[in-house]
Amino acid sequence: MTGRQPAPTEDLLHRRLGLTDQEFDAIVDKLGRGPNDTELAMFAAMWSEHCSYKSSKVHLRSLPTRGPQVLVGPGQDAGVVALGEGVACVFKIESHSHPSAVEPFQGAATGVGGIIRDVLSMGARPVALLDPLRFGPLQDARNRYLFAGVVAGIGQYGNSIGVPTVGGEVKFAPCHSANPTVNVMCVGLAAADELIHSPKGGAGNVLVLIGASTGRDGIGGVSVLASRTLDQDAHRARPSVQIGDPFEEKLLIEACLELARRGLLDGLQDLGGAGLTCAVSETAARRGVGVDLDIDEVPLREPGMEPFEVLTSESQERMLAIVRPDDVGAVREVCAKWGLSARAVGKLRGGGQMFVRHQGRVVAQVPAKALAEEGPEYERPASAPPWLVRVREDDPAMQPVPVSLEEAFYSVLGAPGVASKRWVHEQYDSLVQGGTVLGPGADAAVIRLEGTIRAVAVSTDGNGRYGLLDPYLGGAHAVAEAARNVATVGARPLAITNCLNFGNPERAEVMWSFAEAVRGIGDACRAINTPVTGGNVSFYNESGDSAVYPTPVVGMVGVLDDYRLLVRPGFPSGGLVIYVLGRTLPELGGSEYGEAVLGKVSGRPPRLDLDAEGRLHRLLHECARQDLLASAHDLSDGGLAVALAESSIAGGLGFTVSVQDDGLDPAVALFSESASRVLVTARPGREGDVEQLAAVLQIPITRLGLTGGSRLEFAGLFDVALSDAVVVHEGTLPRLMSAQRVAV
Amino acid sequence: MKPRVAVVTFPGSLDDRDALRAVALMGGDPVAAWHADRDLRGADAVILPGGFSYGDYLRTGAIARFAPVMAAVREYADEGRPVLGVCNGFQILCEVGLLPGALIRNRTLSFVCRWIHVRTEGPTEASAGLAGGEVLQVPIKHGEGQFVASQEEMGRIEAQGLVAMRYCAPDGTIDERFNPNGSAHNIAGLHNETGNVLGMMPHPEHAVDPDLGPTGGHAVFHWLLSAARDRVHA
Repeated sequence: MTGRQPAPTEDLLHRRLGLTDQEFDAIVDKLGRGPNDTELAMFAAMWSEHCSYKSSKVHLRSLPTRGPQVLVGPGQDAGVVALGEGVACVFKIESHSHPSAVEPFQGAATGVGGIIRDVLSMGARPVALLDPLRFGPLQDARNRYLFAGVVAGIGQYGNSIGVPTVGGEVKFAPCHSANPTVNVMCVGLAAADELIHSPKGGAGNVLVLIGASTGRDGIGGVSVLASRTLDQDAHRARPSVQIGDPFEEKLLIEACLELARRGLLDGLQDLGGAGLTCAVSETAARRGVGVDLDIDEVPLREPGMEPFEVLTSESQERMLAIVRPDDVGAVREVCAKWGLSARAVGKLRGGGQMFVRHQGRVVAQVPAKALAEEGPEYERPASAPPWLVRVREDDPAMQPVPVSLEEAFYSVLGAPGVASKRWVHEQYDSLVQGGTVLGPGADAAVIRLEGTIRAVAVSTDGNGRYGLLDPYLGGAHAVAEAARNVATVGARPLAITNCLNFGNPERAEVMWSFAEAVRGIGDACRAINTPVTGGNVSFYNESGDSAVYPTPVVGMVGVLDDYRLLVRPGFPSGGLVIYVLGRTLPELGGSEYGEAVLGKVSGRPPRLDLDAEGRLHRLLHECARQDLLASAHDLSDGGLAVALAESSIAGGLGFTVSVQDDGLDPAVALFSESASRVLVTARPGREGDVEQLAAVLQIPITRLGLTGGSRLEFAGLFDVALSDAVVVHEGTLPRLMSAQRVAV
Repeated sequence: MKPRVAVVTFPGSLDDRDALRAVALMGGDPVAAWHADRDLRGADAVILPGGFSYGDYLRTGAIARFAPVMAAVREYADEGRPVLGVCNGFQILCEVGLLPGALIRNRTLSFVCRWIHVRTEGPTEASAGLAGGEVLQVPIKHGEGQFVASQEEMGRIEAQGLVAMRYCAPDGTIDERFNPNGSAHNIAGLHNETGNVLGMMPHPEHAVDPDLGPTGGHAVFHWLLSAARDRVHA
């Protein structure tokens, strides 16, 4: 802004739209003049934190993104890796936390719709959804309302479009009461040579807007909702939440895949945050061309919409196809077959300008790159919070166990974050499409590739407590555990996508935790050789002074060469030798035991030896390949005791184990969350092979006992009936959610 | 010759490709049919698959009943050719009156996806039907699967032996505790008086491949394909 400096309190349009004075000045510089109101609204949307990644870019650049398996890395709508046999896996994770906090059902539902369109825009059929969720404690009626609404919304949308929901996680913490975290990951499959790439150039090609008409819903979604903290009046933002129509989305999927199959597309772009402005400017910027957009051609839901409303509306279920002029008729025909609107709304052109026309006038003229690629970039101040040192020194392993071990066991097994999530995943269709070999509740979901014995394994993971206590380790553990989950079923981890859920980046301690988490993710991905193919950053997840735990969530994909060799978590039969792979140390910092039994989130998260982690994955993969294992289950929240109980419950069979062979304190032996450990049973007669392979790969292996009977027997400590453990594990969520009262 | 089985795709059908795949796996010749067509491409049998036809925003199956293809489906039913409606297909068959009763929201008001057991009822004189007394493990996945009928209609359904299968315990006991959606008389599936039209809420097409789980769907496809084969040879 040249000349006059406005008073900091002055009510200026750019401030109301969420732009700073400096950002406004930068826009003036790019245009060589002051923007009109329409242009300002477009910049406000595209330069929002949500779209521009202005606070995170400098850190995200440090992540490893290359590898022979990566076909498409960050920067496109979704990442792509090769699965072999000419099949490409397209995947991406995104957050829809802010809309879900305001309107849980539609917020979560439209999150599903959005991520599906990201995958679809690469030309892939969406084949699986996973939903990592975080809520406040369920004793609170409003948290139950949010939890029930989000799960129902995900179910309603996913179930109605025929994409199975096969995994995810649900955890609870007080910091999520005001700010639930709703992430959703979508995985799609395509023939590698049929992927839709976004080529350079294409001047003269036509922009065809397919799908729903454009209304006033979701205006300001990226700037009002996603790029600010939610305050007391958050419910007033409800009109900024979009309403989903899964039927329209299902038709979009089928129509777009048919267009792709028939070679009628020169490009395909989803409409999500920032609506048409984002889709059109990104398309032009990536191709290095300009564009003419005639918004009078956009089918509208209501008359009298202003240009800025048409340009930034986030109405759902729309896709933008880039079509060669000769193919426009054929595109219209395919869309008509599916009952979808298809309207030519503009043309790519030479130069780099984006022209927006309305009633014969140019109402906006801006360089496409300025909108899409030249947003601000901040290296915000970062510093560790001073209280962290004290909290880290408070090591739960040094505390006496306040209750009996049996009581502690039930407290941990029945903690809502650990207990069975059947109440959630039974509300999701996990079977549709007929590819689900391993569905919800396993360490990783496994989806087979049609007509082959190959399969893709997927898992999501993130531990907010670790993120709070050491965000570097929080990031690294999320990668390691997601990879371990994939390896546990017998697959080879390939690559990740990540969703980084944090508070207000303008606060130094939040920025520090973000930078640390990204550093942890980067180190772990380099060590395990799983590059980052993209992801999403969700900032401003805080209210007042209370931010969500720094919660990096990692979505991992891996490949299973023969799904018939996959390894399941449940004990399949009696008399099997139970082993734990990996070393158990007195590590209860940030553990489920610490929170459920001691009532504290403190100490240091478990250390992580990335080299050992990688060797463990190779061991698991090799064991699966040679069919040596009868079961395998990752040790995570709740440690060995919970892993044993879960394998027992899943198989409907008890066990007798001795967990203290190396003289560990019983609480540590049972509940330590030391990383890089997996519980396995060997196939009868193959025990020696498992032990030998472990020795070769230098993975400690400890024989714990045998499967069998109907009791969970921790020899010398305590034992409980399997049926009682089932009641606690399965009953927790239904019991909490049957408290009928919910608060709106 | 393999019996040809048409699977109708409505806009919003979801398990259509799964049904086509299951037909092929079970030894039939799958034929894709389209809601806007008036014929079923010479198929010997027809499947109305699961999903949310036309979005099902109004009432399940309420719009599908007006689809051009439904005239052909009705003809098949009247001619005695086998017609199988699964989930949304069952809802559509009730909506068009080829089967009695209706399906409303689950008693829990929640969608439920779960592997369950059903026990087939014995074949009646009128129906070729499924073999009776078998316990099949099959999945359900629906929000509106609670079978209801008026008292009078229910009396007729039971008197004429139109119940094809009921939700049951793993050992076959018919027990309210194993009723996943509150269906009257634990009804999971029905056939018509002549036994050639079968509607069921569980998904047999998701229970045919041993690589993916239990194979309780085999019995249903055996019935469908053998009834279709009888047509071929008739």
